Amino acid sequence: MDLTIEKDAAAPAASPIKISLKNVYKIFGERPETALEQLKSGRSKPEILADTGCSVGVNDASFDIMAGEIFVIMGLSGSGKSTLLRLLNRLIEPTAGAIEIDGVDVTQISSRELIDLRRRDISMVFQSFALLPNRNVLQNAAFGLEVAGIGESERKEKALNALRAVGLEGYAESHPDQLSGGMKQRVGLARALASEPTILLMDEAFSALDPLIRTEMQDELVRLQGEHSRTVVFVSHDLDEAMRIGDRICIVENGNVVQIGTPDDIVLNPANDYVRSFFRNVDVSRVFKAGDIARQTQVTLIERQGVSAAATLERMKSYDREYAIILGRDRTFHGIVSRTSLVDNIRNKVIDPYRNAFLTDVEPILASEPLSDVLGRVASSSSPVPVVDERNRYVGSITKSALLETLDRTT
Amino acid sequence: MNFNIGNGVDSIVNYIQDNFGSTLDFISAVIGFVTNNIQEFLLAIPMPAALAIFVILALWRVGVGFAIFTAVSLWLVEHMQLWPEMMSTLSLVIASTLIAIVIGLPLGIAMARSDRVAAITRPVLDLMQTMPAFVYLIPAAMFFGLGAVPGTIATVIFAMPPVVRLTNLGIRQVPAEYIEAGNAFGCTASQLLFKVQLPNALPSIMAGINQTIMLSLSMVVIASMIGAGGLGNTVLTGIQRLDVGTGFEGGIAVVILAVILDRLTQSLGKQGANFWQVLFRKPAKTEQEVAQPAT
Repeated sequence: MDLTIEKDAAAPAASPIKISLKNVYKIFGERPETALEQLKSGRSKPEILADTGCSVGVNDASFDIMAGEIFVIMGLSGSGKSTLLRLLNRLIEPTAGAIEIDGVDVTQISSRELIDLRRRDISMVFQSFALLPNRNVLQNAAFGLEVAGIGESERKEKALNALRAVGLEGYAESHPDQLSGGMKQRVGLARALASEPTILLMDEAFSALDPLIRTEMQDELVRLQGEHSRTVVFVSHDLDEAMRIGDRICIVENGNVVQIGTPDDIVLNPANDYVRSFFRNVDVSRVFKAGDIARQTQVTLIERQGVSAAATLERMKSYDREYAIILGRDRTFHGIVSRTSLVDNIRNKVIDPYRNAFLTDVEPILASEPLSDVLGRVASSSSPVPVVDERNRYVGSITKSALLETLDRTT
Repeated sequence: MNFNIGNGVDSIVNYIQDNFGSTLDFISAVIGFVTNNIQEFLLAIPMPAALAIFVILALWRVGVGFAIFTAVSLWLVEHMQLWPEMMSTLSLVIASTLIAIVIGLPLGIAMARSDRVAAITRPVLDLMQTMPAFVYLIPAAMFFGLGAVPGTIATVIFAMPPVVRLTNLGIRQVPAEYIEAGNAFGCTASQLLFKVQLPNALPSIMAGINQTIMLSLSMVVIASMIGAGGLGNTVLTGIQRLDVGTGFEGGIAVVILAVILDRLTQSLGKQGANFWQVLFRKPAKTEQEVAQPAT
């Protein structure tokens, strides 16, 4: 869990608001004003569609995106997430509302200022890469700079730097159709980074890549983000992806913003069934850490002088438990005993039957380990697996049944 | 009821002739200047030099086989004593193609940018293409007399539609994602046109230019009826005198010129399917062969 905690501490409160949406609407169709009035007066979307022929793309979106965070907009296809993203650089014109970037309402600026904004502050990465086939990799990476009128030598240098940042400087002279999908998207990323924008819009940027490359690109993005903190608005339909890279996630359903929160918020307190439905596809074992599901349901005994094996056995019998966790006075984990191991040791009159009854095959798990890494150990262990924090203090234990319940929470 | 459209057209033509004389003279002067200069220039090149230029172009743009074909066929034209006629026809083709591109390319761009322009232009293009080619000869001759100028004008009208249509089509077919990328990186309208739309529409535009050249070549033969001169004259003479041999020679020379022009212009654009390609297929390095994806 430590990674998330770090992010949480860094992201909110301190960082200033970079992008602020205030009651933003987008209505597609011939009569947006009429449709907007009807929408505001509370009519349903099917009614509005039947009456005006207009469909609602984004309905009253209001939220802030902080400087330097990775903000993931998530939803199913047709939910309006890509529309929402395109409103930010006005590739799609909003019907109503204000979109403030660094305090300036971009819905009010002139087309000349808009072009400057796109050249200077906002870059975009596309799902389909959208590299221009008549240009080589370097010329593609330099496209934004060229359009902005930057001189040849300077833009070549900047584009090469951007290509170097994504590990493609050796391919400057190649053509886009000579590259694999992952490499193409690196070029797409380099093109977006070349102008050193403060905002990066990514529209399902990694969705067209195969899973291995996708993970690699996500790591790459997080790495680049570590070197140069930009405000990244990332559209995705994949909760796994959102959880991996997102500082905060915004879930969009049918044009409505349903929930905004940290990945943990979303998983632990989903706002409605739609949000919950995403978990059907998400690998919860990667979202949860061992500490998240450790429960203190096992019998714990504090190891003290004079507490004998027999007393321990008695307590286990009275709680009807097969296993007991033995802790030190400071709650550090000492070992785990089973009833059979205790009984065997007492019968055989082993010296210090208590200590010698510790099960040797059970290793405690660190609370910060992702659940996916410990699945095997929990599954193959006959006893509950104890979980400890980094100072070896007992946090709880994971039983097989608790594990199965967690993995099954999607249904 | 009995409409007489013919009379109406006559009176329109007369009206234009009476009232826009100076405009017509100006157009005539410009086109005459272009046509005559190209013609004089081409005819001034000595035959061996011109042949060498053609062969080198063929070798450079297409390949050895086609270069040999070019050399043999042009030598044949020379020995049919049709070289000056062919050069004169070539100059008409070049002049009318240039004019067609100068007018057609911007028109095609305008069509691509505005649905209204497209809706208005499309029926006009249909009319230009379906009207029997001979029909253009009459008003052209009336406005501009006889000679190369009305021939060029009739040819431009007949041959322009493909370049307009394919420019429009090519620009409209540029994938929306490229346009979106262009806009997202802050292209102005003209940057979008020159850096994104035109480069990606180029194969289609080149196919249009190729078709325009082919059409103008077929039209300059017809235009010889109003004194445009060139190989058309040879064919026409053959028909008038029922001299099959002469007509055939003229026809062969037209075909040779057509093949050479077609292959050369096709090599400029990457696409452009044509029956000549089947006849003289070259083991071309297509884009797919050159560029195997790295994975």
